Amino acid sequence: MSNTQTKDASGTKGTPMDTSAIGGCDPASAICARGIVRDFQAGQSTIRVLHGIDADIRSGEMTYVVGESGSGKTTLISIMCGILWPTEGEVKVFGTDIYALSDTELVNFRLENIGFIFQQYNLIPSIDAAANAAVPLIAQGMDIEPAREKAKKLLDKLNIGDQAEKLPSQLSGGQQQRVAIARALVHEPRLVVCDEPTAALDANSGRRVMDLLREVAVAEDRACIIVTHDNRIFDLADRILVLEDGRITHDGTDMPDGH
Amino acid sequence: MNGPVQLTGPLNDTVQYYPNPSVQQPPRETKVPSFMLWIAIRMLTGDKQKFYGLLFGIAFSTLLITQQLTIFVNLIERGASGVYNAPEVEVWVMDPVSRTTEVKYEMPSTALDEVRSVQGVEWAVPHLRATAAVRTRTGDLEGVTIVGVDDATLIGLPKRFVEGSRSILSNPDTVVIDDVGVTNMFEADQDPVGQRLELNDQRAVIRGVADAIPSFTSQVTLYTKYSQALNYVPGSRNRLSFVLAGISEGENAASVADRIESQTGLKAETREEFAQAGVDFIIQNTGIPTNFGITVVLGFVVGVAIVGLTFSLFIRDNIKQFGALKAIGVTNGKIVRMVGAQAVLVGSIGYALGVVATVLFIWGFSGVPTFKGFYIPWEIPLVSLIAVVVILSITGYLGLRSVLKTEPASVFR
Repeated sequence: MSNTQTKDASGTKGTPMDTSAIGGCDPASAICARGIVRDFQAGQSTIRVLHGIDADIRSGEMTYVVGESGSGKTTLISIMCGILWPTEGEVKVFGTDIYALSDTELVNFRLENIGFIFQQYNLIPSIDAAANAAVPLIAQGMDIEPAREKAKKLLDKLNIGDQAEKLPSQLSGGQQQRVAIARALVHEPRLVVCDEPTAALDANSGRRVMDLLREVAVAEDRACIIVTHDNRIFDLADRILVLEDGRITHDGTDMPDGH
Repeated sequence: MNGPVQLTGPLNDTVQYYPNPSVQQPPRETKVPSFMLWIAIRMLTGDKQKFYGLLFGIAFSTLLITQQLTIFVNLIERGASGVYNAPEVEVWVMDPVSRTTEVKYEMPSTALDEVRSVQGVEWAVPHLRATAAVRTRTGDLEGVTIVGVDDATLIGLPKRFVEGSRSILSNPDTVVIDDVGVTNMFEADQDPVGQRLELNDQRAVIRGVADAIPSFTSQVTLYTKYSQALNYVPGSRNRLSFVLAGISEGENAASVADRIESQTGLKAETREEFAQAGVDFIIQNTGIPTNFGITVVLGFVVGVAIVGLTFSLFIRDNIKQFGALKAIGVTNGKIVRMVGAQAVLVGSIGYALGVVATVLFIWGFSGVPTFKGFYIPWEIPLVSLIAVVVILSITGYLGLRSVLKTEPASVFR
């Protein structure tokens, strides 16, 4: 059963939400967002990108957030993972009201609980794959060698253990993406956020990466959100949220007709 | 579920998950992770072009500032070379209008006895300084400074000699030339000792070479006995330039100088005061401080420009990585420390290179008369260190501003 609804959600193919949760959060939710509004200033005018979104993300699922460019999907996950303040609304991640935290507490919360996979990978070009994958552990204060060892084991599991000593520039796009996945998982976060993970990959590589993500990032205790508009991988989703003009217009296991 | 869940699948032997938020996770290290600084250093050194550019900028600035200040300080100190070449003198007595060893007004010879009669003066000797034109055997004409030192004690004569010794002044018509003067008056393969000169129609024979600090103008200096100097320097009745005095045991040079002034009406300065007067005269009457000051400021500006430009390019190229680090969970404080570590690394190496280059420059040119006796006072590297710190603070701040302003969310755009 879905726990998601927009204030003006239209009828879709998705399962209707648990109405008892309106105004409150399901304690089992990994993310509970209520009344999320986000405005951006453009010169003298204010543009509203998100229009009061309510959404719940559950653990153990690979949730896709899809939509056209400019629909607000990146803004939504940025708010959900604590890197962009909403204009209005409340976000609880694993029960913590993250925007009630101080700046430092929020940064530390992200470091402890969230793993990121960026579209452009954003690996540090001058350190090798193992050190790149170990960055969150190093940021937490772990010594470099044990951090690298842990990262290397993860790279092994991602089948690029033999590339651990190479610089990002010596790796292919798919290999860099695996290093980015390792970096997102090495500190065992409970929420993994991926931004267009397949955008820079061909169809086969994209599916392989998504299979891999499903294998390593989806767990009973872990939520995984993927922002994408890559229709080649829609069939791999457990749940799809469709955003149109800053509103969730669909919440279901498949893409709605006409998309 | 109360404990960590073993993930079934390929990661189950390495990754443990905590399904319940209430389950206590192992304590995380909260101190500033020093290995983040290692990452910062690797980010910087990995971009070799910019790293070397930054090093060059800092090293060049340091070199320019340190070298120019060193030359400036050593040059103006030559305004006091006459004082430094007579280290045993504790009080210099002169006509009240005299200002330096070169800018002086002659006194009557009775001034010597007046000074000797002042309580606290242990000894007092006459000292003559004058300019003259000298003609060499090859017919060249050279302007020289004649220094006449006390016949009996030779006080006022440099202590060290390159050739000959102090006692040779007892020979008739003897002059001692300073070593920088040798390079100005003679060819490299010419031995100055034994050379005859014509000084105001008088015969002079060079019988020794003194190891002396050159004057500000590097003019040739010829030392001779006071009685002999009177022959070489035609002039008025009064030809005593200075009375050089030593003080009795237990006396204070400044008090004795005051006493001399009050009793004789002459001007008396301690060695330190008179040396400073020579330096001040150069500063006040030449454009040297302005010219060197401009070069030092240019060194600073060039440093800010090169380092600032290169550093901002480095920051711009890495802004996505910094954004990603912020998103992952690196605080602004840690980012500041990372950029600080980069600045400290570049600053330390660049500064060291600049100072070493200055030392090599001074050492390399130590044989050239212009640079004779040049040294680097400890204050100068300190000044250039402060300049480097300021340069890096300005450029680091400008670079950091863009990093700190970068929203972590920008990595998703």
